[in-house]
Amino acid sequence: MARVTKDTLVAEAKRIGQEVAAQHAKDVDREGRFPVEAFDALKEAGLLSAWIPEEDGGAGATILEIGRATEELGKHCASTAMIFAMHQIQVACLVYHGTSDYMAGLRKRVADEQLLLASATTEIGIGGDVRRSTCAVEDHGDGTFVLVKNAPVISYAEAADIILVTARKSPDAAPSDQVLVLCEKADLTLEPTSTWDTMGFRGTCSPGFILTARSTTDHIIPHEYADISARTMLPVSHTLWAHSWLGIATSATSLARQFVRQAARRSGSTPPGALRLAELEVVLTSFQDRVHGAAQRYAELDPNDPAATAMGRAIYFNTLKVFASTTVVDVVARALLVVGIQGYRLDSPLTLDRHLRDAYGAQLMVNNDRILTNTAALASVYRGD
Amino acid sequence: MSDTLATIRTVLAEQGRLSVDAQTVSETADLYAAGLTSHATINVVLGLENAFDIELPDELLVKSTFETIAAISAAVESELGA
Repeated sequence: MARVTKDTLVAEAKRIGQEVAAQHAKDVDREGRFPVEAFDALKEAGLLSAWIPEEDGGAGATILEIGRATEELGKHCASTAMIFAMHQIQVACLVYHGTSDYMAGLRKRVADEQLLLASATTEIGIGGDVRRSTCAVEDHGDGTFVLVKNAPVISYAEAADIILVTARKSPDAAPSDQVLVLCEKADLTLEPTSTWDTMGFRGTCSPGFILTARSTTDHIIPHEYADISARTMLPVSHTLWAHSWLGIATSATSLARQFVRQAARRSGSTPPGALRLAELEVVLTSFQDRVHGAAQRYAELDPNDPAATAMGRAIYFNTLKVFASTTVVDVVARALLVVGIQGYRLDSPLTLDRHLRDAYGAQLMVNNDRILTNTAALASVYRGD
Repeated sequence: MSDTLATIRTVLAEQGRLSVDAQTVSETADLYAAGLTSHATINVVLGLENAFDIELPDELLVKSTFETIAAISAAVESELGA
């Protein structure tokens, strides 16, 4: 099958969402398993390398198309959408910060082999602050290193081909003096330390592991992680996660519309629930515009421009995450009130079971309280003129 | 050493939570490599604004402004002269 282009990838993601992800979403959720069918289809279509430049074999897409593709997948399987988003976040780091020869070669391999990228940023003992590490790159002085990380969660670690791992630059570096290391499956051992049996996002398969990587120092991205985080990782994460949650919200709203339409046809008049649906549309449209606006704002600035580290930009993308993760719960709750008992039933075609469980996870993955605390500090010096 | 530099060093010593001595670190040393975090940067901004009675504009609230003592000094001098 032909690989997607920048112009066809959103339509292709929509097709895969409808024809593949939707078909397996219930089983992925029930079994808490990796959505292998959806990812086989995404790989076949070349969607895993959509953000890689065309000269390296990718589709040369921007965050605008990647965001829309994530949203399309989120309408059918939230786990598929979140994994797709997390993969693309790592691809963005490789595209904008992977300046070594090894990394240029890796971009081509991601395109040729449709490699799946994951990340291990959180660590036991740092209190959830991904901008600090305990583990460190231990350089052997001969061009090789070892890195051992006790990670409380690594999403889809066992399905991934490469895991991007944060660590202190060296054993005597400060906790905040971090680098990002590309660890290939062949260079990794993963020792499971917990299970992933959660309410939602069950298909992301995110248990804890003790990760050990033995590799060569050209696998370490030659930029400060603080810089990669501010310029790319944080704004892209929040933007793409928000698109996947918008997909959940859009799907829930669509079920509410179906319910009201059916009720209107039966009774021949506008049912009482239509008013709640109208209120829901008010919330959904502002949600759509905020999320799509964020992708636009990200796309307008080269991540390597000095202004990409501005505190005002950090506030903008922090508040995006808080807004999107709470609004998805609001939208699903409103949709449930419209649909009523048919939405509450597990055996109904209008069930909102997965929507509700998935939506609540959004506030917890990088806890909103942590993001708001960081934002409050930034707001104390930001004037916003 | 100018008064500006001395004051910047004092603010860094109080607010920067550096792993090196702020009084003796080189003007061109990378402060992020010396343990300056984005959170500590905010306290450094508040400390500088207080010490110099200035307001750093939003466009100066970028990472490169706080990379070295020399860069901080340039930002402070531009606001003192403004």
